[in-house]
Amino acid sequence: MDRVPILKIGSTLFVSIQIDLQDESVMLLQEDLADELSATGARGVIIDITAVEIVDSFIGRMLTMIGSISRLFDAETVIVGMRPAVAITLTELGLSLSGVRTALNAEKGLEILNGKS
Amino acid sequence: MDADDTRKRMADYLRDHHDKVIGRWTELVVSGMRGRTSVEEVRRELGDLFTLIVRVLSEADDHAAGELQAALDELSRSRARDGFTPSETALGVFALKEAVYELVADTSELVPEFLAFSRMVDNLGLSTFEAYSAAREQIISDQVTTMMELSTPVVQLWDGIIAVPLVGTLDSARTQLVMEKLLDTLVATGADHAVIDITGVATVDTEVAQHLLKTVSAARLLGAECTISGIRPQVAQTIVSLGIEFGDIATKANLADALALALRQAGLKVVPA
Repeated sequence: MDRVPILKIGSTLFVSIQIDLQDESVMLLQEDLADELSATGARGVIIDITAVEIVDSFIGRMLTMIGSISRLFDAETVIVGMRPAVAITLTELGLSLSGVRTALNAEKGLEILNGKS
Repeated sequence: MDADDTRKRMADYLRDHHDKVIGRWTELVVSGMRGRTSVEEVRRELGDLFTLIVRVLSEADDHAAGELQAALDELSRSRARDGFTPSETALGVFALKEAVYELVADTSELVPEFLAFSRMVDNLGLSTFEAYSAAREQIISDQVTTMMELSTPVVQLWDGIIAVPLVGTLDSARTQLVMEKLLDTLVATGADHAVIDITGVATVDTEVAQHLLKTVSAARLLGAECTISGIRPQVAQTIVSLGIEFGDIATKANLADALALALRQAGLKVVPA
């Protein structure tokens, strides 16, 4: 099973999803992220989905759940690099990813997190 | 006496009376056109058609039928462009029957030949109708494409601020196009503010509002903040009476206000020079 690596940069966890998201890998990511957040006490999570071309309602919901989990650790989640087609799909599915912030790219995502601290 | 012989004899007859028929045909057609094209041009067009018709009748070669059809299509298209009705175009073709009938009426032996010929001309006349409507369909679909392209410009107002002036009616097809264009521009320019200006949108009903909300939430997924501007008084009344909620989306009366808001959110200030 492909695992998504989680990088710690300062007080931010950086997750770049480079694979086609399967339901299991998203579940694994969720677990790993919770472990990592608890271990490091990070204040922000950036999830880069630039390479993700296909999303479904399950993955959309998982992203929201990751946001909720992070908030329990007082960390803010920013999803960055969403493709227009993915955004349209999520909107059509009625998922507005409430509870997570979004940014155009990783740089802007970091700005949001740094602006907060 | 079989059908082929009948057609061939008609072809021979037509060939013998070439000039007379074309002359009379041209007269009939020109009188129906009320001076919208020159006699010489009509004579040339009809001459070409006539030659093709004779070739088809005499079955001299296999390509004649296709060529005749193509020539008719072309004639029908050019007539449509010049503003003739399909009836006028078809009557122009049917006039050939009249022209030939006036010649044949004197002789009594060509009756079956003329009937076969008449059937053929009827079919040709009908095919001009089809060509006409096909040409019209083409024009309409071209216009739809042009309108779609015209109606969805995305303009950059400032570094990081883009605007989409919407004009006309907003249906799902257009919303989709607007959304795609807006999102692509957001990604391409790296903008984080988008202003959707609906000054030119005639009516805002629940469906249009739904489309607007979708566009805004898609833009938000890319991390861009959206403002809806250009809400006219009547539109505001409709929105309220329909109970449409724009939620936490900022709405402004005009584009200038929306730009000012976007600038403020971007931490920019306009000062007198």
